[in-house]
Amino acid sequence: MLEAKKIVEALKRAAIEFVIFLPDRVTSHHLLPAIMADPYFRTVQICKEDEGVSICSGLYVTGHRALLLIQHTGLLDSVNALRGVAVELKNPVIMMVGLLGKEPGIKPKEAKRYGVRIVEPLLDVMGIGHELIEENKDTEKIVPAIEETYRNPSPFVFLIGREPL
Amino acid sequence: MMKRDECLKVLAQRRRDEIVVAVYKAAQEWIHISPSDLNYTFTGAMGQGSSHALGIALGRPDKKVIVLDGDGSLLMNLGSLVTIAHAGCENLIHMVLENGTYETTGGTPIPGAGRISFAKIALAAGYREAYEFDNLEEWEENLPAILSEKGPIMVVLKVIPGTEYPENFRRLYDLEYREAFRRALMDTKKNNPSLVREQN
Repeated sequence: MLEAKKIVEALKRAAIEFVIFLPDRVTSHHLLPAIMADPYFRTVQICKEDEGVSICSGLYVTGHRALLLIQHTGLLDSVNALRGVAVELKNPVIMMVGLLGKEPGIKPKEAKRYGVRIVEPLLDVMGIGHELIEENKDTEKIVPAIEETYRNPSPFVFLIGREPL
Repeated sequence: MMKRDECLKVLAQRRRDEIVVAVYKAAQEWIHISPSDLNYTFTGAMGQGSSHALGIALGRPDKKVIVLDGDGSLLMNLGSLVTIAHAGCENLIHMVLENGTYETTGGTPIPGAGRISFAKIALAAGYREAYEFDNLEEWEENLPAILSEKGPIMVVLKVIPGTEYPENFRRLYDLEYREAFRRALMDTKKNNPSLVREQN
């Protein structure tokens, strides 16, 4: 089981203030509404996911922490921005990426959907760190990964493996 | 049409402590015309200037943010106009240096060159106001009022190449300068104690 409130609590502990998002079916039923309803967060809706990579980078230079909440298809669409803005310019772009269509309990690389299977290998090729968040216990990985990402600026991806409830 | 460097010199004369996000040819010229640690040129991918500017404007609502975009660049991220308008950043001025070409890559015309109106597109996207200038005197006369208006504002500047400036890609993209920008921005925060918070 994965609860949206566990993710929200972790994001707050990691001092994430801004959530930049484009709705994704994996996270838009419970996680996104919980974030939008919480006055602690400031949300910014985008038209295309690569905008979010740059908005997070702009927020970083002003001293604010941000999360980019998108679907894996948007990650695939944003590869050049991730390359040029996040990786090469060493911006700490934290992403939560819904793996739409991944079967619960199945590793992303073993998913039936081609688009889901290629996400981890693509991130590995790009040298982008990632963690799978599929159970409540996985949310314990969120704060340490965010802290490390800001200590050594680079992008990092949390792959949301099932719908948070 | 205005020569781009002359157009930028007018802006430089009126600049006070604004953050300027600049891309491609405008960036290469701006770093010579108005050198400052508050010049942000670290946009990393074509079309992303306006989105970086939005992030900075959201993070520092006390500072005016000017983006010097290109027409070809904006076409790659046209949705950012809607995002910026929806975010409602009052401190963002979006200037598009419209030359009708992809000048950096050899001068191929952009799609719709001479027919599209970035000012009308920006207004339709929800910008508060939009202006177009192709005359240096009019640009100079109207700029002070534009700089004091609430954004988001679109300013289309119709330009042709002017004086050539030496290209300096290290200044545009080196992380040393990005860190200098962060420090300079933090210093402006220190001057306003109500804005001080822990730096990431």
